[in-house]
Amino acid sequence: MADKTFIVRIKRQQRPDESVRWEEYELRYRPHMNVIICLRDIAEKPFTQSGVESTPVSYDANCLEEVCGACAMLINGTARQACTALVDDLEKPIRLEPLTKFPLVRDLVVDRSKMFEDLKRTHCWIPIDGTYDIGEGPRMAPSVQEKGYPLSRCITCGNCLEVCPKVNQRDPFVGAAIVSQVRLFNMHPTGAMHSAERLDALMLPGGIADCDNAQNCVKACPKGIPLTESLAAVNGQVLVHAVKSWLRGE
Amino acid sequence: MTQPKIIVVGGGLAGLMATIRVAESGIPVDLFSIVPVKRSHSVCAQGGINAAKNLKGEGDSTWKHFDDTIYGGDFLANQPLVKGMCEAAPAIIDLLDRMGVMFNRTPEGLLDFRRFGGTLYNRTAFAGATTGQQLLYALDEQVRRFESEDKVKKFEGWTFLSVVLDDGGVCRGICGMDLRTMEIRTFPCDAAIFCTGGIGVVFGRSTNSVVCTGSAQSALFQQGVYYANGEFIQVHPTAIPGEDKCRLMSESARGEGGRVWVPKQAGDERAGKDIPENERFYFLEDWYPKYGNLVPRDVATRAIHKIVFEMKMGLVGEPAVYLDVTHIPRETLDRKLEGILEIYEKFVGVDPREEPMKVFPAMHYTMGGLWVDNQNQATNVPGIYAAGECEYQYHGANRLGANSLVSCIYGGMLAGPAAVRYSRGLESGCENVPGAIFERERVRQQDITDALLNQHKGTENPITIWREMGDIMTENVTVIRYNANLQKTLVKLDELSERFTRINLQDRTQWANQTLNFVRELGNMLILARVITMGALARDETRGAHYKPDFPERDDANWLKTTKASYNEGNIQLEYEPVDTSLLQPRERKYTAKA
Ligand SMILES: Cc1cc2nc3c(=O)[nH]c(=O)nc-3n(C[C@H](O)[C@H](O)[C@H](O)COP(=O)(O)OP(=O)(O)OC[C@H]3O[C@@H](n4cnc5c(N)ncnc54)[C@H](O)[C@@H]3O)c2cc1C
Ligand code: SF4
Ligand code: FES
Repeated sequence: MADKTFIVRIKRQQRPDESVRWEEYELRYRPHMNVIICLRDIAEKPFTQSGVESTPVSYDANCLEEVCGACAMLINGTARQACTALVDDLEKPIRLEPLTKFPLVRDLVVDRSKMFEDLKRTHCWIPIDGTYDIGEGPRMAPSVQEKGYPLSRCITCGNCLEVCPKVNQRDPFVGAAIVSQVRLFNMHPTGAMHSAERLDALMLPGGIADCDNAQNCVKACPKGIPLTESLAAVNGQVLVHAVKSWLRGE
Repeated sequence: MTQPKIIVVGGGLAGLMATIRVAESGIPVDLFSIVPVKRSHSVCAQGGINAAKNLKGEGDSTWKHFDDTIYGGDFLANQPLVKGMCEAAPAIIDLLDRMGVMFNRTPEGLLDFRRFGGTLYNRTAFAGATTGQQLLYALDEQVRRFESEDKVKKFEGWTFLSVVLDDGGVCRGICGMDLRTMEIRTFPCDAAIFCTGGIGVVFGRSTNSVVCTGSAQSALFQQGVYYANGEFIQVHPTAIPGEDKCRLMSESARGEGGRVWVPKQAGDERAGKDIPENERFYFLEDWYPKYGNLVPRDVATRAIHKIVFEMKMGLVGEPAVYLDVTHIPRETLDRKLEGILEIYEKFVGVDPREEPMKVFPAMHYTMGGLWVDNQNQATNVPGIYAAGECEYQYHGANRLGANSLVSCIYGGMLAGPAAVRYSRGLESGCENVPGAIFERERVRQQDITDALLNQHKGTENPITIWREMGDIMTENVTVIRYNANLQKTLVKLDELSERFTRINLQDRTQWANQTLNFVRELGNMLILARVITMGALARDETRGAHYKPDFPERDDANWLKTTKASYNEGNIQLEYEPVDTSLLQPRERKYTAKA
């Protein structure tokens, strides 16, 4: 009996300045396949459905268990992680495209360094005095931990930016992930001492005022991070901060 | 001499900690990593990090942590460094806590601890079931802060190819490849710290991430760095088998009360949840009453093998056993284990809160690695340091759960300052090294790449060779080892290496060519596979994770020694050195005692 097969269509582009082409591959179905296995199958036999020899598809992946954030792409038009995209659950033919809101590198690889730069711009860290042993950290109520922990699971995948109508390659809007990180650091007892720096950064162009409240982000997040809640919370912090700064005559 | 220059290769926990320590001492760091450091494999660590803080009134102590670690490692670890690590661990937890790690808390707002394998104490701090991710992010954030102050410069998307050695054999820089432009370039430095992580990819499918190829370690080995105890490979007892990766179900599932069982009646076709309590065989609890489900990994893995292959009591239809958390309250599961249960749910499509999970052992961790000295994380080549999973100290013949994260951070803490001291002590820095030395290495590396790009007659597919290597390594060089099979493995590796010379690169472009990089890694993996197999073949005893049914006992008289592999013009040689057992007298390792 012939093996069951299915088709994967991939949008390919060798370099940012080269033309786009679509390729179709016919792959042998096995149970529990995910999109990463599809891409590996292609690497092992890079021949399109019509038998033309191509090259293995470039893509990013590392952990293969949705915790590193690397493998975000558009799968059947939806921004999501490829490693948790199971073939069984996907409509065929499966369509793979790179994210569109980030500069393309090649095939399914995009450059998301913007997100890391924005984490820098918004001071997303706890400024400790040094790594020497100066005793325990601040105590923290379990209820605070339970609020902070989900936020700290953000894998910087960029799916929330991809679906945001306000994010594009020309405008500087930082996007929901970064705002949510600001919330996390402002929540921490030590981080809170420096919340003004972060809020200042979010009052600049590209800051939270750019959010139009479309609420797509929260639906796209693979980690279920309460992004709209974060946006609202930080928006509130920024307003209070602005009023205080104004009263102080800054 | 002017300001020293230090390079760190690898930005997992070990690399980031080393970076922080160097930057803190005022010396700028160039940090290289294949993936953006925030995506390093350390994010996969689930269960937690060990430190004997004794916050549960159990009378735990750093000495007991030390004893458990040495005993768990079957006395193969050099003891003074392990003792240093265990003593430093509580302060490491405090530091991570100060950095903002969202550790789970007790009602009093203190850190919560759980129990892990190979110990009787609640010694493992955790942040849900994504502890590695949380720790890595905390260090990543500190490094980003240094980056914003221009104390750290990141080279993400670069791969390390080799070190630049001067005519005296001293490391004077590194040679790397930009994975986007494919440019090969050298970077001078006075000391280089390697923190390039695990080697799971050598075994094809493992619990490791895609970049854990050990390629960097192999490259260093081929340039003269010793590789120690390569044969000690940890196979984790509980993972979800998968074609692309075996996804770990952390020991924390058992630490929170999870139980391992099979139906008493072999061939019982009922769904796990329909099998009544008295018809289940909790074999770990039965065989190891004192430690129960929390025996060390090598012991649990062999027990599962025995159940499935010798006793034929595995689950129907697939080699697997049950890991059951369904009796634990949902609220506890969600608060403490959500991260891993979510993995099971997403990949298997079954809710593990309702149905027992089906798991099987998978290659997980290498105890062996680059040889480093007993105090400074220094390799035998001057100027080369190593920390984290890529080096061999701390775990002996078997690593205890939640000890890796602490060893990575501790190693990084030592390596950073040691590299600084070494660099400051150099009579003449890398700026005085003639350019020709760098150019020589760059050309050597460029030639290797060009040869691959220009080979047009190749017929061998890199992924196929890799699969075959992974399959034979998993079959013969993991849980159970027979000399005849190890010999066969070496023959197979010869065949694969020969086929490797006829590889078809498939992609000859000079932009983001992932195949080119993978093929270069594959060449290095084939050599590392040989080191591991040769070490296993030579060691005729059973110790920790290294199990030979034909030599079922630990043999201290002949084998209480560290394997040191070296490379000489294509030949791998093994030599041995004594283990420092100055603090604890080796004793029999036995977990079968009654509770
Ligand atoms: C699924 C899983 C769960 C685990 N859970 C736990 C746990 O609960 N507790 C515990 O203690 N341990 C656990 N471990 C083990 C632990 O996670 C690892 O041993 C540890 O994270 C390794 O950290 P590292 O810093 O050495 O390397 P990694 O985090 O692997 O980082 C390696 C770095 O090196 C870079 N790199 C590699 N090669 C090159 C190259 N050629 N050029 C440039 N850069 C390179 C990578 O990009 C990366 O930045 C777990 C492991 C796995 C697989
Ligand atoms: S908030 Fe969610 S979608 Fe956005 S980057 Fe983080 S994990 Fe991805
Ligand atoms: S590979 Fe890490 S999130 Fe998919």
